[in-house]
Amino acid sequence: MTEVEIDVRGETCPVPLVEFRKALRKASSGDELIVIGNHPASKVEIPMASEVMGLEVVDIEEKNDEWKIRVKK
Amino acid sequence: MPDKAVLVVHSGDFDKMYSALIIANGALAMGMDVSMYFTFWGLQRLKKNGLGKGPLSKMHMFGFGKWMVRKKMQKSNVASLEKLMEDYKDLGGKIIACEMTMEIMGVRKKDLHKEWIDDYGAVGTYIYEAKDAKITLFI
Repeated sequence: MTEVEIDVRGETCPVPLVEFRKALRKASSGDELIVIGNHPASKVEIPMASEVMGLEVVDIEEKNDEWKIRVKK
Repeated sequence: MPDKAVLVVHSGDFDKMYSALIIANGALAMGMDVSMYFTFWGLQRLKKNGLGKGPLSKMHMFGFGKWMVRKKMQKSNVASLEKLMEDYKDLGGKIIACEMTMEIMGVRKKDLHKEWIDDYGAVGTYIYEAKDAKITLFI
C-alpha cells in the first residue's frame, strides 16, 4: 500500500476534482490518496466523487480553512 | 460500463467554452465517460490557438468585458482553457469535430488541433453517442 499526497491548496473548481481523478487513475488498488486543499466546494465534492466511484472515504480532517481527505482505492 | 455524458459545443463564446470544459472535466473526475461534439461556432475553438479566442457571451464590450473577466479569473487562480483541455484529454475525454461545419465554414483538418480530435462525424455520431448517455447538454 502506498500513500499518495495531492496538494491542491489555492486551486479552484474543477482542479481539485481533476487532480484527484488523475492521481486515482495512477494509483493501485489498496493505495490511499490524501487530498489537501482549501476550496470549499471540493471538500464536499471529492467525497461525492468517491461515493460514485465506490471508493471508501477513510477520514476527513479540517483545520481553519484547510481540509484533508483520505480516500482508499 | 461507466455512465456517459455527451456535450454539444455549439457556442464559441469564451465563457461558454469554460462551462463546457469545466462540466466535461467534472464528469470525467466523477468516473464518467465523456464525449464533446464541437459544431458551428464551437468548432472554431478547435483551430490552432483558437481555444480562448471567443468573445464573452454578454458584456463583451469590444473586448473590455472579456479583459475584465480574464483579470478576475487570474486573480481567483482559475485554470486556463488550455490547461482544462490538457486535463480533459489526459483523463480520456473524447472530442468529435462536426464535418458539416468544416465544409460550410471552409475549415480544413490541418487548421485544427488534430491531436485533440478522436473522430470526425455528423449528427448520427452524436445521436449514437448520446442515446445511452446519462447526461447530454447543448452549450
